[in-house]
Amino acid sequence: MSDSFMNDWVYTDTVKEHFMNPKNILNDPDYQDDGRGMVGSMACGDQMLVVIKVENDRIADCKWKTYGCASAIASTSMMSEMAAGMTLDEAYNLTPQMITDALGGLPQHKFHCSVLGDKALRAAIDDYLERVGRENPFKKQIAKIVCECKGITDQQIEALVKAGTVDTLEQLQQETGLGTVCGKCKTLAEDMVEEFRHIYGRE
Amino acid sequence: MAEKIFYMDNNATTRVDPAVRQAVMESFDLYGNASSMHSPGRHASAAVEKARGQVAALLGADADEIIFTSGGSESNNTVMDLVISDLFSGSGRKRIITSSIEHPSIVETVEIYREKGFPVTIIGVDSTGKLNMDELRKEAREDVALISIMTANNEIGTIQDIAEITRVAASCGALMHTDAVQAAGRIPLDLHGFGVDFASISGHKFHAPKGIGALFVRKGLHIAPLIRGGHQEGGQRAGTYNTPGIVGIGAAAEIALRLLDEDGKRIALLRDRLRRGIEASIPDVHINGHPVDILPGTLNVSFPGAEGESILLYLDMEGVAVSTGSACATGSLEPSYVLIATGVGAELAHGSIRFSLGRYSTDEDVDFVLSKLPSIILRLREMSTL
Repeated sequence: MSDSFMNDWVYTDTVKEHFMNPKNILNDPDYQDDGRGMVGSMACGDQMLVVIKVENDRIADCKWKTYGCASAIASTSMMSEMAAGMTLDEAYNLTPQMITDALGGLPQHKFHCSVLGDKALRAAIDDYLERVGRENPFKKQIAKIVCECKGITDQQIEALVKAGTVDTLEQLQQETGLGTVCGKCKTLAEDMVEEFRHIYGRE
Repeated sequence: MAEKIFYMDNNATTRVDPAVRQAVMESFDLYGNASSMHSPGRHASAAVEKARGQVAALLGADADEIIFTSGGSESNNTVMDLVISDLFSGSGRKRIITSSIEHPSIVETVEIYREKGFPVTIIGVDSTGKLNMDELRKEAREDVALISIMTANNEIGTIQDIAEITRVAASCGALMHTDAVQAAGRIPLDLHGFGVDFASISGHKFHAPKGIGALFVRKGLHIAPLIRGGHQEGGQRAGTYNTPGIVGIGAAAEIALRLLDEDGKRIALLRDRLRRGIEASIPDVHINGHPVDILPGTLNVSFPGAEGESILLYLDMEGVAVSTGSACATGSLEPSYVLIATGVGAELAHGSIRFSLGRYSTDEDVDFVLSKLPSIILRLREMSTL
């Protein structure tokens, strides 16, 4: 275990508090959720379930379960407190950085692998909108262009990896043409494929 | 933070024995350079040579076969670098054979030679961590320069049959190295009996200070130094003799040899009680490693549904110090390659905890862990998506 891990993170009071006394854990097996999202996998070391209740387009309640390391527990606990009361729009735009900042920081290597709460929350909101048969206005709103030449967004990459269509950069290039013109985005896209594979348990 | 520490991470490192500490403190008065001819130098040199004999005795070796190094990693690196030395020039031997569960100081050095074009064969292990001997015999051919197999594994404690592996090395004319870092001072070692050519040890695994280790080089072999620029250690390892460290490892070796039998039995009993207690109080646990050929203090357990780093940190809050094979603790996305090599699967590797008991472990330590662990595992499993 690296020194920075121990010094920068474990004993910051906010993280420790959320790790020792996690808030909003889902422990009611009969919980009536309006939306439910699960990301990650146990084989990858982190899996997260987020359930929400929605009232008047606001997150009325946010509960969770996680199989994961201490920063996964602490960050999801923090996320659940932040999300409660937010509008769906605000909740959808909650980022790992906002959660990490609220915790007082996490070491770099923890940031990508363990802060999955926001993604599970988005999946729960997606699920809610689908259940009530509403169009999802948020997906497009937060999409970022990765390949400018072909106009491929991060969400398209995410969807392809999530569906199991794409596992490598080469497959992504075949599928979308990404990175086949100027090629500037290839490294970024490759990293994204790997990250989404981790998040969606496709390793 | 908890007031009292229940230390169960002796495979990571150990506390310095009080008698060793005393010997090291006194050795600071031996400030002369042990290579100098004057009397302060000769006094330091005498202390160094005494320690050399003490270390040799622990290993079943002769004093002139011991080279002092900065620790296990340096010893391992030195041996791996011999593939480019005169030892093998003109022999046509370039292949390195090692196992899938070696220490990173072997794994990463071997990988560098592979990238440089040296042929490398990695032998697998079974579910208990034992080397696949059939595979080894099949791969032991005329082109093999060096076979390097650890005596005992740091994570799961499995002990290999080094004497038999050395016979295989000899049968194909290869030199044999064993990384005995976890074994030295914990189980009886007889390097002459094993017949190995090289062996690495590290002082801090048996109650000497950090930063001192040794490399056994069988009589008749002369090795190229990794650290160059001095005539120390017969030109095989340069650098002013680390008198306090050397005195420390010598004193620690003498104590370890004296207590080997008694400590080994007592520690194994404690470890067995811990294992039985865990099995009795926590459902669905998986014990990793070999049931019999295992270091006396090592117990590696997987807890499905509970992630290792979280277990480690909840235990740490109670003052219990352990290790985990979880990816979170390695700083990467990959869990322990040792556990993966035994075929337990990523999920069990993520949920693994290594308890390693030692000379200062007590019944109270075991009782305390058994009083805290079940509720920690239960809590994490209740929180889990399992």
